[in-house]
Amino acid sequence: MSVPEQPPPAGPDLPPSTVVTAPATRGDTVATDAPPPAKTGAPLPSTQEFVEMQESAEFGELRSSHRSFAFPLTVGFILWYLLYVLLSNYAGDFMGTKLFGNVNVALVLGLAQFLTTFLIAWWYSRHAATQLDPKADAIKSRMEGGA
Amino acid sequence: MSSVRTTAHTTMLAAGEASQHRPLIITLFAVFVAATLVITVWAGRQTKDAADFYAGGRQFTGFQNGLAVSGDYMSAASFLGIAGAIALFGYDGFLYSIGFLVAWLVALLLVAEPLRNSGRYTMGDVLAYRMRQRPVRTAAGTSTIIVSIFYLLAQMAGAGVLVSLLLGITSDGGKIGIVALVGVLMIVYVTIGGMKGTTWVQMVKAVLLIVGALLLTFLVLLKFHFNISDLLGKAAENSGKGSPFLEPGLKYGATSTTKLDFISLGMALVLGTAGLPHILIRFYTVPTAKTARKSVNWAIGLIGTFYLMTLALGFGAAALIKPDEIIASNKAGNTAAPLLALHLGGVDSTWGAILLATISAVAFATILAVVAGLTLASSSSFAHDIYANVIKKGQASEKQEMAAARYATVGIGAVSILLGALSRDLNVAGLVALAFAVAASANLPTILYSLFWKRFTTPGALWSIYGGLVTAVGLVLFSPVVSGKPTSMFPDVDFHWFPLENPGLISIPVGFLLGWLGTVLSKEEPDAGKYAELEVRSLTGTGAH
Repeated sequence: MSVPEQPPPAGPDLPPSTVVTAPATRGDTVATDAPPPAKTGAPLPSTQEFVEMQESAEFGELRSSHRSFAFPLTVGFILWYLLYVLLSNYAGDFMGTKLFGNVNVALVLGLAQFLTTFLIAWWYSRHAATQLDPKADAIKSRMEGGA
Repeated sequence: MSSVRTTAHTTMLAAGEASQHRPLIITLFAVFVAATLVITVWAGRQTKDAADFYAGGRQFTGFQNGLAVSGDYMSAASFLGIAGAIALFGYDGFLYSIGFLVAWLVALLLVAEPLRNSGRYTMGDVLAYRMRQRPVRTAAGTSTIIVSIFYLLAQMAGAGVLVSLLLGITSDGGKIGIVALVGVLMIVYVTIGGMKGTTWVQMVKAVLLIVGALLLTFLVLLKFHFNISDLLGKAAENSGKGSPFLEPGLKYGATSTTKLDFISLGMALVLGTAGLPHILIRFYTVPTAKTARKSVNWAIGLIGTFYLMTLALGFGAAALIKPDEIIASNKAGNTAAPLLALHLGGVDSTWGAILLATISAVAFATILAVVAGLTLASSSSFAHDIYANVIKKGQASEKQEMAAARYATVGIGAVSILLGALSRDLNVAGLVALAFAVAASANLPTILYSLFWKRFTTPGALWSIYGGLVTAVGLVLFSPVVSGKPTSMFPDVDFHWFPLENPGLISIPVGFLLGWLGTVLSKEEPDAGKYAELEVRSLTGTGAH
């Protein structure tokens, strides 16, 4: 990772006392008497910092970039799937129409569900890599860098 | 998966052929078990702290975890059950595959990455993040264990019947013995190998399963000179049902109730996956959300390809084997894939025997690995959510927590051996579909509200978990799965009043509705600071473990 040089955090990387990393600000409150795993050595930002970040325009952009992509797409593929289920149930004649040889509409539509699943997965991943990851990484490295 | 119908009045034994090749099948089983035990012991030596035990050290790559996720997801029921359902019901068997695959998009777009970023070991970590810890963790642990045990039970019961069938063991004692053996092995895998061992076992199994399916698919297509239309035509003809065999409706099209049931099942399948605890904890085994995304993408590719192959296997079996022979071997068609192997290799030939033995061993590997994954999910949740955070109020040491997880594994293993032995003759279809329905009704609403709805509170979380859980389980209790039909668990009594076999159509909306109601009706204020943490962490990975 090419994170630019940050001024060292206020404390040492691995605080000698786990009190500093005490999970008061974390989601779980486990194993306070065990040494923290190396990966979580950096102290977590304070709740105040999280609230400020949550309200910032930068984070707002990341959030809407995720939601405006993922939410409509989720509604879309669930409706597309339900349409397929309903057609299977109530449009037997249409589904049974032979297209070529013994291949009928039902089979083609079923395979189309596979195809759209692959495509949506690819599309989301591309969106995430180009639109979400850079924003998320910038926020993460700044918050963990203690800036 | 839910298509595994071990209605197990499997009085007719599989082809005498199966028992004839017993030594070969047993040898291959033994080789697989020995190999996985070596992996387990090796992984066990490297399991030092809780992150190793619960999350396999979080250092797996996206591809490795994608394989392992596929291994966890493609249960014996997917392999044998879907192929069998297609072989018997044609197109309707394929409908399962589609729901099981599309469901992954929910996990990809909404759940996998935020979960990886904000949780640590269990699903409960995320559900309880901004809530009052003890009640929500208790609820999350309860739901994790219930979903996993239903799923486990189905696998155990299916495993017992299936393996007995393949090995030609018919006595009750023999079947119980097989279930007990599976149970003991899974305890060994999980207690010694932890997540690391289990993940490697999943990977080995996924490779074996995919290679096995590829081989059979290739042989089927070869037989029809790669002409799919011919394959379909022959399947329709040989099935004795003609072109309806290739259209929807043979299984679910009978009445308006079965049609509703199909919609209900479809909803449970598509919304259940992203709430299955044993799948969710897999995302903790990779270092970052980006690798979690990669693993889902690999899983979608592998699982999708695999389900496409089951199409060839199912229609291949329908085309090459008389339906009577498939039904005689197992009423639900569960042995269609192994029988196909035998026929492709040539009945009474050595090649046929080897193929049959190989495919049977792959099926066995599949069962063992899935069962281990489920056990790990439930014992992790017991140790981390219930023991460490509720009983010990967060004061347990890592050592104590891991010890609790190992004891829980033995306990859950013992319970599932017992239940598996008791339910060896039950219809397990309802159990798996129920696992999906409970996951979709209790877990998914709570996960989505927690991550995306600012106003969500502890009462809301408790209402959606318990409400979804009770509704789903309750409806199944009073459904034809449990009583009132010849295929029910208790065919001799009838206390059913709910007409559908799958509760999803009702219980999923109820889960979402209750989560909303519980929130708006309570006076509790959401913890805004905690939500800020959760939201920022879940989207950026700040402070991720």
